[in-house]
Amino acid sequence: MRRTVILCGLVMALAGLVLLWVGCGPKATSEPFVVGGIFSITGPASYLGEPERNSMEMVAEEVNSKGGVSGRPLKVVIYDDEGDVTKARLHAEKLLQKDKAVTIIGPSLTHTSMAVLEITQKAKLPLISCAAGLAITSPAKDRVWVFKTAQTDQMAVNRIYQYLQKQGLKKLAILTVSTGFGVAGKEQLLTQAPKFELAVVAQEVFGEKDTDMTPQLTKIRGTEAQAVICWGTGPAPALVAKNMKQLAMTIPLIQSHGAASKKFIELAGDAGEGIILPAGKLVIYNQLPDTDPQKAVCKEYATKYTAKFKTPESSFGGYAYDALRMLLIALEKSGGDQAKIRDELEKIKKFVGVSGVFNMSPEDHNGLTPDAFVMVKISNGQFKFLD
Amino acid sequence: MELAPLLQYLISGLTNGAIYALIALGFVIIYHATTIINFAQGEMVMLGALSAISIYHLYPSLPLAFLGGVALVTLVGIVFERLALRPVRDPNPITLIIITVGGAVFIKGVAMLLWGKEAYSLPSFSGDAPFHLGTATILPQNLWVLGLTAVVLLGMEAFFRLTLVGKAMRACAYNPRAARLVGISLGRMVQLSFALSAALGAGAGILIAPLTLGVYDMGTMLGLKGFCAAILGGLGSSFGGVLGGLILGVAESLATGLISSGYRDAVAFFILLLVLFIRPQGLIRGGS
Repeated sequence: MRRTVILCGLVMALAGLVLLWVGCGPKATSEPFVVGGIFSITGPASYLGEPERNSMEMVAEEVNSKGGVSGRPLKVVIYDDEGDVTKARLHAEKLLQKDKAVTIIGPSLTHTSMAVLEITQKAKLPLISCAAGLAITSPAKDRVWVFKTAQTDQMAVNRIYQYLQKQGLKKLAILTVSTGFGVAGKEQLLTQAPKFELAVVAQEVFGEKDTDMTPQLTKIRGTEAQAVICWGTGPAPALVAKNMKQLAMTIPLIQSHGAASKKFIELAGDAGEGIILPAGKLVIYNQLPDTDPQKAVCKEYATKYTAKFKTPESSFGGYAYDALRMLLIALEKSGGDQAKIRDELEKIKKFVGVSGVFNMSPEDHNGLTPDAFVMVKISNGQFKFLD
Repeated sequence: MELAPLLQYLISGLTNGAIYALIALGFVIIYHATTIINFAQGEMVMLGALSAISIYHLYPSLPLAFLGGVALVTLVGIVFERLALRPVRDPNPITLIIITVGGAVFIKGVAMLLWGKEAYSLPSFSGDAPFHLGTATILPQNLWVLGLTAVVLLGMEAFFRLTLVGKAMRACAYNPRAARLVGISLGRMVQLSFALSAALGAGAGILIAPLTLGVYDMGTMLGLKGFCAAILGGLGSSFGGVLGGLILGVAESLATGLISSGYRDAVAFFILLLVLFIRPQGLIRGGS
């Protein structure tokens, strides 16, 4: 009798130990995956950074409420670089040394991304940039550890020129902002023009904060240009539209994807009618045919974002949304090893994101084609899907 | 050189110039009464534009938005003088000028919190259909800007030259002690000058809002340009301020059109330096 009691006690103790050990198992590895984020949340590019931060936090919250990645919670550490190169570098060092991030998402801008990628490349840390610049991931053989989710200017220009060619236009004027966005756009506009048999007959520039572009447009009015392409972000492109109406110019105005926001339509008002621009599919997802795989993804993102933040969704937030969702796939497959995360990111194929369908490869760390853009036209204060 | 674009540059330059002139007048008024430069003047322009836009969104009537915006900003001008400048123990001009710089940063910050970093638009006062003027085109809004500037200029000259209050205000700048001796309340005059210049700034802001949109950081550059215009015109004179503003606007527009669009902002500061080196008293010698 006594023996049985002792035996039972032993069994119970053993079982308890086993249970404890099992219980310890997930606990020992339930250290969170730390993912860093560097965005321009304040400062002149806050229209990019704010939705990017929101989107990243939104995905992380959702993942954690569903039990995390492979049973481990996801911890996002996000810093604000204010669009400043020095701050971006500092935050990258902090994420690397102090927070021990396994991957960094961001920065929001091309020049800050170029600064941060020097650090992450050296540290062999995967970086998924949310900026447009082509040079961030190209040439891919030099950018082993860098990926990006934003469409490049090259694709936007390609889309616009395809459209102009279809319309039979030959001569165009370009009006670009003097910031990095405009300079990169201008370069692409000039280098791709001969390929589409287009002649750039006027090149004008304006400042980011300029409020009167009539002198530049007056000059353009004096040339034979058949269309004006304006490359800028913020309120200035809307003023270009207004100024063209003021000068009674009737040639078509084409804006860059930098103007693809509801805010632009609001600011340009009546002057915005008839403007044509390339845009990510998010702005017109309702008008996409149901066969388009991006329709559902865009709809889900837009619904969740507006429900959570009570502000309209933007394509910019989509960059961070796609980046983190792709990273989740890589994390799940790699178990958190940095080199393996990189390998898995490179293997991602046919990933349907908000900004396009991504097909990563060792030669292409962006994975998008010009099809990621659609041409839209503003009519009755709404974006209308053209093709 | 063709003539066709020149006329257009002129129109665009005169419109911008008129705005600089209105802002310059704000500098001149405060200088008249206190011999200080109020660097928060540009922020009054921004506040005017943004409050008018907000009022318009609440109740879509342009005259109401205009008057409401001006009234609100006038109040801000009075409160600013009362809280930031009046309590200063050692009111020498340099201290006060530095306080206005701080005030400008503060007002801009508050505006960013209130309105956010986005730009807002205001509809034009009388439509968007451009008139043709020979080869050039002009918007009704441009005419509004030019017309109101002219009215304000005449009103100000009349006020300073013909009314007792205007004369009293000028007396404060010439010689504050003597002014006080003859029974002029210096404090009240200073307050009045801040109210007037805030109102002018707000008016300028509301006038250009349909052309340039309203955004929290629009005031700084406009303030600096207005300051350049005021210096160019000779700080003490209303006509000088207006002349300075118009010259500056046209010079900017011509430089953008004829030389290169990159030089736009440089022109204003180049002119400022030139004036300070060659003719520091400005084009029209001021009263003091």
